[in-house]
Amino acid sequence: MPTTFTLNGKPVTSDAPGNAMLLWVLRERLGMTGTRFGCGVGECGACTVHLDGDPVHACRLRLSRVAGREITTIEGLSKDRSHALQQAWIEEEVPQCGYCQSGQLMQAASLLAANPSPTREEIVSHMDGVLCRCGTYGRIIRAIERASAVNTAPAGRTR
Amino acid sequence: MNARTRLPSPEGHSSSGEAPRTPRGTCQSRRTFLRRAGGGLSFALVFGPAGLAARRTDSPDILDALVGADAPGSRPAEHPFGAWVRIATDGQVLIYNPAAEMGQGSMTALPVILAEEMDADWDRVRIEHSPVEPGVYGRSWGGGRGRGGSMMTAGSMAVRGYYMNLRLAGAQIRRVLLDNVAREWGVPPGELTTGPGVVVHAESGRRISYGEVAAFAEVPDELPEVSEADLKSPADFRLIGHSVPRRDVPAKTDGSAIFAMDVQVPDMLYGVIARAPVHEARPASFNEAEVRGKPGVVGTVTLDYGVGVVAETVEEAFAARDAMGIEWAGGARAEGFDSVAALGAYTGIADGESRGRPLSERGDVGAALEAAAARYEADYFNDYVYHAQMEPLGAVASVNAAGDGAEVWAGTQAPDMARAAVARELGVAVEQVTFHPCYLGGGLGRRTMADYIVEAVQLSRSVRRPVKLIWTREDDLRYGAFRPMSLQRLTAGVDSGGNLTAWTHTVVGDGRGLLASGISIGYYDIPNQRIEMRGASHGVRTKHWRAVGHGPNKFAIEAFIDDIARGEGIDPVELRRTLLGGSPRGVAVLDEVAEMAGWGAEPPSGRARGVAFVERSGTLAAGVAEISLDETSGRIRVHRFWCAADGGTIVQPRNARAQIEGGIVNGLSTALFERLTLRGGRVEQSNFHDYSILRMSDMPDIDVRFIPSTEPPMGMGEPGVPVAAGAVANAFAALTGRPLRHMPFTPERVLEALNG
Ligand code: FES
Ligand code: FES
Repeated sequence: MPTTFTLNGKPVTSDAPGNAMLLWVLRERLGMTGTRFGCGVGECGACTVHLDGDPVHACRLRLSRVAGREITTIEGLSKDRSHALQQAWIEEEVPQCGYCQSGQLMQAASLLAANPSPTREEIVSHMDGVLCRCGTYGRIIRAIERASAVNTAPAGRTR
Repeated sequence: MNARTRLPSPEGHSSSGEAPRTPRGTCQSRRTFLRRAGGGLSFALVFGPAGLAARRTDSPDILDALVGADAPGSRPAEHPFGAWVRIATDGQVLIYNPAAEMGQGSMTALPVILAEEMDADWDRVRIEHSPVEPGVYGRSWGGGRGRGGSMMTAGSMAVRGYYMNLRLAGAQIRRVLLDNVAREWGVPPGELTTGPGVVVHAESGRRISYGEVAAFAEVPDELPEVSEADLKSPADFRLIGHSVPRRDVPAKTDGSAIFAMDVQVPDMLYGVIARAPVHEARPASFNEAEVRGKPGVVGTVTLDYGVGVVAETVEEAFAARDAMGIEWAGGARAEGFDSVAALGAYTGIADGESRGRPLSERGDVGAALEAAAARYEADYFNDYVYHAQMEPLGAVASVNAAGDGAEVWAGTQAPDMARAAVARELGVAVEQVTFHPCYLGGGLGRRTMADYIVEAVQLSRSVRRPVKLIWTREDDLRYGAFRPMSLQRLTAGVDSGGNLTAWTHTVVGDGRGLLASGISIGYYDIPNQRIEMRGASHGVRTKHWRAVGHGPNKFAIEAFIDDIARGEGIDPVELRRTLLGGSPRGVAVLDEVAEMAGWGAEPPSGRARGVAFVERSGTLAAGVAEISLDETSGRIRVHRFWCAADGGTIVQPRNARAQIEGGIVNGLSTALFERLTLRGGRVEQSNFHDYSILRMSDMPDIDVRFIPSTEPPMGMGEPGVPVAAGAVANAFAALTGRPLRHMPFTPERVLEALNG
């Protein structure tokens, strides 16, 4: 049975089996390759997307569970890299290999949506589950601080 | 698809000065367009929302719409100026980047070097991966002049190895531009100068842009000879030494950067491989009929060390793999291997009478030890370490119907070797293999191997359709190729004047050159030295891992130096300064980090500092770690890390700092967390829950400074790694009086050290 949900503000339907993981549905069937596969078991955060605004691991989320709900991926964070975090990421030149960064950004966006001016401790505790092998953590923290400083309006676009 | 399938090169790839939202490119972009050469059938590869339709229903309309927007005719003509550069009549300059981009920034740093000498306007420069032609775009291993060689990105060699060649190439192009303008204007070339993107005749006040010159320029087949005397003085650099934004960054903030894993081609299938749980074991049998009967399965392939399955969807491929029920043949070398026991047995090998392979020998160590007033001896241990690059391995391959050509998309540190390996596998000439280098989601040395690329080709060949090969994290970890575990046994003799007169270092392990790197200490003035290696053989796959043997060896060396300093009652910085007496550069680096860290001043209460000094890839680096310890849990916390480095000319300072910082993070990660073990021949860990890497909450504040220099650039990618563990171990000893001699310093080992 096809599953219909909202992806980055648009309705989509997938005929993948309901027990397929959202990660692979997004990547291989819906062409949204910005959400990355890092571990497949909820341990690295590379696949972080928003489900009705909350960060979730797409690698552990079955397609049937998103029926009728709203998914936002990195492609939906902004149309043109205009999200305050994306701007800050570029200013701070955060990414190295870049592979973890979609997950980092989506996790950070959910933080700023709920808490526009997080302390450093709040940033670290919110971000700690998203691994970066290249060691960009210091710049991630600085970029979130920069984005929270410039960002008076709520940061997330996904409620 | 066949080997002649081509992208509509060179238009429409990669990044330009305007940094479009979707930098286009073979693998670097959001969209890839393919066109079947000579056939009526054409198709679009569309990533993004349009990909919805494109994967299953290839639409010529989409192709026309997309290619039309970028049709070659719609852009100004581009003129080649030698192998590295094309200049368009509108002034846009295309520079080829020969190196892999795995986050180390070479894709920007290398074109910067060339652009500097040709005086290109950086805002008009766009960058593409060079063709995979090592004879043209390779470099020599020594970093010397001369065309061609290796395209491997490894050993912190990209900037270092290409620096002079790219400067000379830039100067040649500038010469061609000047000669053409001189001819056109009838003025002596000596009266012309250049500014970014323009040739200027000061006397007449005339200026002409590079694009305008390109329209009439005659470019000789062999560019004119230039020498180092024709190069800019560093004082005139506009780009080198002045950080320019990395070109790959924007696409890495919106998900549009393309890694091999993201590539989709029409008609593509999915492949996974069940690899031997014991490295190199052969499959004896599997449920072939059952697997082939599973939904979506298109084929199975028996490999030397596993069985692959190809299916219509990812889900079907994984499900089929679960049903394989492979029986493995016995006899693999690693069968029954127990890494903990084997590491323990290294002590016996070190004790043994039979001498190993001498690595370096100086003076008379035996006599010096005999005469020493004090002797020191310690054993250091290192566990296996896994690369854990964030993107698991994988590749897309499309072998043509005849089986005599292929197209491959992969992220690799050695595209030339990978292309050759694919050609060998197919038994064809390399020209039959079209290779698209993608961004690498990290390399750390693992991606110098082509195993995962050849596998994709093997799967595609068996079904004669394009296949995306996926390695899961478990595959990647268990069939990894690890930094070898090792024992370092060190002895030293100190004379009655407190001088270090004798030094021996024996490394034991299975990994040959991987163990030897970083073991020599030529920069320390110790008159009598003997360094040797004793081998073991386990049948476990091993490979270069960022900074290679420097990680384990420098840990042992630097921790041992501190042992001696403590024994002799000498300040650790002071002892190193004495040992570095013959190296003013080394002393400067050491003094710089001591100043940064406020060495000598009391650290905050409950904390202590430790120092380490290393050489890697020509760069000298010194680090200071400031740590505290939770004595109940045994957990070490690193609060601060200061690093000073002399790496010669720093081409991209901001990026170089990020490289050193990333190296330190990897070094700390191996010092504190990373540990891979085998039991019964099988790797015991499987994913990040039992193979930990450093997280944000473990991250110290890191300060990095470079010693100003106009010497040629040295490596930046690796020196941060080896400086970390020794500094942490030395800080621990300063805090507790106890040494840490087994990396990683897990809480259990820390408690053992405290109570032992
Ligand atoms: S891929 Fe989902 S958490 Fe790692
Ligand atoms: S940027 Fe490479 S893993 Fe984070």
